[in-house]
Amino acid sequence: MIAANALPHAERMDFIVIQALNGLAGASSLFLVAAGLSLIFGVSRVVNFAHGTVFMVGAYLAWTLIGRLGVNFWLAAPLAALATAALGGAIEVLVLRRLYGRHELLPLLATFALVLVAHDLVPLIWGAQDIIGPRAPGLTGAVAVAGRLLPSYDLFLILVAPVVLAGLWLMLNRTRFGRIVRAATEDPEMAAALGIRQDRLFTTVFMLGCGLAGLGGALRLPRETLHHSLDTQVIVSAFVVVVIGGMGSLGGAFVASAIVGVVSAFGIVVWPQGTLAMLFVIMAVVLVARPQGLFGRPALPGAHRPLALPSPPLAGYGRKAELGVLGGVAALGAFGFVGSPFALDVATQALIAVLFAVSLHLLIGWAGLISFGHTALFGLGAYGAALLGQHLPFGLAMVGGVAVAALGAAAFGVLVRRMKGVYLAMLTLAFSQLLFATAFQWVSLTGGDNGILGLWPDPPWDTAGGWYALTLCLSVLCLVGLAYLYRTPFAYTLRAAQDSEARARADALPVDGSRILAFAVSGAVAGLAGALLVFLKGSAFPSLFAVQQSVDGLVMVLLGGIANPLGPVAGAVAYTLGVTVIATLTPSWHMIVGAAILVLTQALPGGLLRNRAGGV
Amino acid sequence: MSRRLLAAAFTAVFAALPLASAHAAEPVKVGEINSYSRIPAFTLPYRNGWELAVEQINAKGGVLGGRKLEIVARDDAGTPEQALTAANELVRREGVVMLAGTYLSNVGLAVSDYAAKRGVVFLASEPLTDALTWSNGNTETFRLRPSTYVQTAILVREAAKLPAKRWATIAPNYEYGQAAVRNFKELLKAARPDVEFVAEQWPAQFGLDAGPTVEALEQAKPDAIFNVTFSSDLSKFVREGTARGLFKNRTVVSLLTGEPDYLVPLGAETPEGWIVTGYPWDAIESPEHKAYVKAYQDKFHENPTMGSLVGYNMGLAIKATLDRAGSTKSADLIKALEGLKFAAPTGEITFRASDHQSTMGAWVGKTALVDGKGKMVDWRYVDGADVLPDAAAVKALRPAK
Repeated sequence: MIAANALPHAERMDFIVIQALNGLAGASSLFLVAAGLSLIFGVSRVVNFAHGTVFMVGAYLAWTLIGRLGVNFWLAAPLAALATAALGGAIEVLVLRRLYGRHELLPLLATFALVLVAHDLVPLIWGAQDIIGPRAPGLTGAVAVAGRLLPSYDLFLILVAPVVLAGLWLMLNRTRFGRIVRAATEDPEMAAALGIRQDRLFTTVFMLGCGLAGLGGALRLPRETLHHSLDTQVIVSAFVVVVIGGMGSLGGAFVASAIVGVVSAFGIVVWPQGTLAMLFVIMAVVLVARPQGLFGRPALPGAHRPLALPSPPLAGYGRKAELGVLGGVAALGAFGFVGSPFALDVATQALIAVLFAVSLHLLIGWAGLISFGHTALFGLGAYGAALLGQHLPFGLAMVGGVAVAALGAAAFGVLVRRMKGVYLAMLTLAFSQLLFATAFQWVSLTGGDNGILGLWPDPPWDTAGGWYALTLCLSVLCLVGLAYLYRTPFAYTLRAAQDSEARARADALPVDGSRILAFAVSGAVAGLAGALLVFLKGSAFPSLFAVQQSVDGLVMVLLGGIANPLGPVAGAVAYTLGVTVIATLTPSWHMIVGAAILVLTQALPGGLLRNRAGGV
Repeated sequence: MSRRLLAAAFTAVFAALPLASAHAAEPVKVGEINSYSRIPAFTLPYRNGWELAVEQINAKGGVLGGRKLEIVARDDAGTPEQALTAANELVRREGVVMLAGTYLSNVGLAVSDYAAKRGVVFLASEPLTDALTWSNGNTETFRLRPSTYVQTAILVREAAKLPAKRWATIAPNYEYGQAAVRNFKELLKAARPDVEFVAEQWPAQFGLDAGPTVEALEQAKPDAIFNVTFSSDLSKFVREGTARGLFKNRTVVSLLTGEPDYLVPLGAETPEGWIVTGYPWDAIESPEHKAYVKAYQDKFHENPTMGSLVGYNMGLAIKATLDRAGSTKSADLIKALEGLKFAAPTGEITFRASDHQSTMGAWVGKTALVDGKGKMVDWRYVDGADVLPDAAAVKALRPAK
């Protein structure tokens, strides 16, 4: 910035022009991915977590065609797009088709499983080494623009986005297929009632979306280095673009990708350290000012369909089950005396996962508030405890951590009390990512990515058995407390607001207050989980705020069964033990875990535990 | 039915956890943790390296007078949490006598802290952070690979000879990049008070937006550039920088770029004349090194990388440690490692008693394009012992015991 200001005016203008062009070039392939994501969501309400993976596969396929088979780049790119469209069709038919009409997050879980599988499969197929993308024949040079050199391929990219947008617009507005897509986006049930074959429509749109992602990947080749974690970067950016633009709006995705590209290009000049946070700052600003995104409509009909509401714990199980639970707790207590230190550590970790999953389930299951950034609360508790633990005894530090998480969650709840659905989910994601950037960037306070170390509890708690005992006691207390809470008017207010928010408000139920309280309680429980983890591991790292942690929580809740209050308990235990055991067997554990989730979503779409009380 | 089966499976798995413990007559087990799934490009050749070493060691009679050496490896997925779970599992279930490995700095620090808490020796093979042996150093932790400080100090000696006065830096935005830039600035300022730093860029690791970043650097009109990016970020930086003329008439001083792990993927686009640290594996003529390269190529049918050498040296270091200690007790292993000398293919390496850092050095040279491939030329080896601060200076850097 200083350097830029020191320059003469003309040169500064040149720099602004060239940097804007750079931003637009970067925005182009992002738009292709985001457009596909937005189309798919608009029609089928599926949040396709594997969209970044399709993008990556498109890039790898194009590289194979060019590098291995000698196909020209300009032919390889559309071929790769066709291949990814076919791949998309296969995913839709084989993985997603059985999941429609169930919980809206179930497709997210299934597509996340695909991401896990690809994570290990892609290096197996294409090797672990980075691959420099081949250049585009005819566009390898650079042209002089505003006194600087701009790669000619970047100019081509800048043109691609508006051309694709125009093509999609014509398709949507001038063809019969386009009318059907728009009708289904507007009101899926009405469209179905008018005799539109939904299964065919969903497959076609999914193929179109994946084809666009594949094309985006292939066109990115000349300015990208291929590696197997390209997908996670792209998917997060694409989500952000879709949300800023407004879910389901192609024009919105176009404008949002341009904004993100250009603001990022100038951002790195003004604030080079801000590369981690920039994207999420933009998203948070837009969503707070305009919760439905720039071009989105306030509430998409059918965007939120509560299909499976939980009932109070053990409802429908009978007396025997209560005795069973008591017996289970007693057995867990006894395990503390006989288990090996390693088994106790694993059990402690499973209990912490249970607390985390239960706190997320309170929001998703009871309040119907979807969170993609739940780990924000987990991390707040952990960092609160870790920062205090450097100066205070561990017990006080943990209380402090829980308080920080509860207060942070309540404050966030006040901010978003009127928001729901995917927009709320994305705002939670932004919240967690901003906290991640803070923990990462504020080195003097948090130690940056090196984390805070040496946080061990005092004797006698510093043994595997000691920490297990404490974790077990606190977990049981939390679960019993929540079980009582779920029988109070507070819980029923949350459920009423989830069923029909308008009616609940008309009945003067304290919807906003209950939601804020739900956030606070959820924050306290998640924060406790985080604090327990810190003293189990002896350290805290920014990765506590990573997207992966939030996704893990969602997997646990959905795996266990969202309509059963014990679902998150079962899901957390199964997932933690499964991952721990499989990870000791093979470095390709992502693939096995992914395959297992895939099978489970197909075999038991309602989760491991279903609602015994029968719905309401 | 399937639900019951699942329940049974999880019960069985859980019940099996406490099983398995080590017996004296069995192989000596060493636990190894690395980012195999997260950063396979570096860690898979590294794994080959230690597998080769273990095979050779066991063929020649193993360790501790005839026992076989076994390295039990675990993936950390690139996160400290997963690494700590793995460390715990290795120590408490597998009964390993010591821990080794790790790639990312924060993972290395986490395992180091765990090792100190549990009194287990940790031989960090790859993490570069200075904190590991200095500000966060502890009794149990030793490190093999030359640290960020060593690598940077070697480059600063070359950078100080350049006429360049205006410097720009680009580094990945995490501890490794931050420490490298900090070291570089401090050491270069000390050697050349007349230099100034006119721009810095901090792309997110593996998320470099190359076009705008290159333009921002160009805008500052530096005389020379210090680069710390590597892997996919490096490739993008090189391509965009070349296309946009950023490197024209400018010297680039670059960390690790000469390592085959990062140089080979650049292929025909390798920039010429960059001053880099690296590993010119095919040009080192000593018989020991040639024998190592031949054995590696015969076994894996590929060329060794820096990762391979680090993995191989780690295997040798573990054997030397066990043999010198004569036991598997942590106290004996620590005593053995302090001042341990062992013969690596690239010469003798010592673990300094003062800060537990090995004297493994680095090669410094220039990049060149030969037959469409990147190579290191005009290189020489700089021993870590020549660059590392002396015992008194180090004592001030480490926490008091």
